[in-house]
Amino acid sequence: MSPNIYRFELRMKRRSAVIWSLAAVGVTLLYMVFFPTFANQAALLRELMTRFPREFLEAFGISRVDMSAVLGFYSFLFLFVQLLMAVQASLYGFGLVSVEEAEMTADFLLTRPVTRAQALTSKLLAAATALLLTDLALWLATPLILHAFRHGQTIDVRTLGLMLASLPPFQAFFLFVGVAVSLLAPRVRNATSYALGLAFGMYLLAAFSGMAGDVKLEWITPFKQFDAQSIVLDRTWDLPLASLGLSIALIALVVSYWRYLHRDIPAAA
Amino acid sequence: MNIIETDQLTKYYGKARGIIDVSLQVEEGEIFGFIGPNGAGKSTTIRLLLGLIFPTRGSARIFGKDVIRDGPEIRQHIGYLPSEVFYYQGMKVIDLLKYAASFYPGDHSQRLYELAEIMELDLDRRIEDLSYGNRKKVGIVQGLLHQPKLLLLDEPTLGLDPLMQRRFFDLIREENARGVTIFFSSHILGEVQRLCNRVGIIKEGRIIEVSDIRTLQKNNYKRIYVAARAIPPDHFDLPGVSHLEAVDGGVQFFYKGEVDAIVARISALDLVDVTVEEPALEEIFMHYYE
Repeated sequence: MSPNIYRFELRMKRRSAVIWSLAAVGVTLLYMVFFPTFANQAALLRELMTRFPREFLEAFGISRVDMSAVLGFYSFLFLFVQLLMAVQASLYGFGLVSVEEAEMTADFLLTRPVTRAQALTSKLLAAATALLLTDLALWLATPLILHAFRHGQTIDVRTLGLMLASLPPFQAFFLFVGVAVSLLAPRVRNATSYALGLAFGMYLLAAFSGMAGDVKLEWITPFKQFDAQSIVLDRTWDLPLASLGLSIALIALVVSYWRYLHRDIPAAA
Repeated sequence: MNIIETDQLTKYYGKARGIIDVSLQVEEGEIFGFIGPNGAGKSTTIRLLLGLIFPTRGSARIFGKDVIRDGPEIRQHIGYLPSEVFYYQGMKVIDLLKYAASFYPGDHSQRLYELAEIMELDLDRRIEDLSYGNRKKVGIVQGLLHQPKLLLLDEPTLGLDPLMQRRFFDLIREENARGVTIFFSSHILGEVQRLCNRVGIIKEGRIIEVSDIRTLQKNNYKRIYVAARAIPPDHFDLPGVSHLEAVDGGVQFFYKGEVDAIVARISALDLVDVTVEEPALEEIFMHYYE
């Protein structure tokens, strides 16, 4: 790794990391403000929930949890936090190499006295740092927000910890898969559309899981591998599924390095 | 000692031809011009030397070291100016240049400011707001600031106005006087002639000639246009004249040989107008195909 590339790349992501952190914390706050009202009307809420179609509740990950319990409610909004994190990590992933090539800065970077591996490692570490900064913001803010709006309930620290701790592996999936796909695709010109496609595609796969019958396609999506509803109910990660997610991320990482080290850097279009 | 040495360097992009069997030697301290029309393989050759792309077969050595295996070590001493200019979104010129300098040990800020002043580059502008010519200047400064031993210039003058072009050439000559070897690609024969000691000519991926610039000039055609009150039909019937044709009010032809002989013949006429031009690069190539 090259410290100067790392510093430079991190500086480029500084503003974006702050904005994504604010968005994620903001979403948490915005939803939690409503929790006391929900909790007050617990009986009414349960009654209301039974009237929604099961598929609808399934899509929002609230078919089995108790929405009048603080963590049950949080697991519902955690899905939106996950969506934000998926988009951010995918954007970083798809943009990591392709933006360089679109703006001709790959030539600038790779004609310096650095190896390809050094360049890729530094960039990945900078992206990972930016993602961890967003996590850090959530790790600090979420317990405070939940405490403030818990409506007198006790919060199970272990469950909350498991949910918040699932963010880094969740992001790793989107970051690494994003890089790998951008290096396997002929030429990624618009990182944003690819990133949104990956993030929402994975979400939809989880939301509509089970619709395809016995085909367990949803296993490949991090929204299932780190499903907040299951964490709340089981007080543990689904270890086989979580390992599958991490394995996919790891394979994507290996593919990325292999491709990047052997790649012809495209000249100007 | 050869600074650049390629041995049957070949690159295909899938089935598309890049370059074929390019074997070149560039000696220490020379200015080597690499000329050919667009798409001939100039950029491909330079990108292979920089390790940006990998050869299909053959090899290349710089400073006696393999460009793939010892790439990072070699690039420590290379300055590169790409034909296309780059930018980092939202970045100021000075930040980019400092970033460029950070890759090389030592402090290069003095040289950085010096070069920026010579090229009249505004360091506080955002790169994306710069004109093409100004971005080109950014490219020049980033390529020179670490005082490399070898300069790889890919169409460096494209987009520079004539004044800046001259300053840039002066800079290149200064660097060369300090012992820097220069590899210079261009499709404009004139600028190569002014600057280079030796030239390699590339056409459709293959080197068709490597020669001393003087030899090339001696073998070179001039395009001459003569208008006069009356031109006897066989007036230009002498060795070295070819492609003679009548055009409005006079004749036009190519000439290769002693300048004296042709000038004497022209001045015998009752002249209206004369132009003597360097032939375009395509016309030089015509000569190689004959």
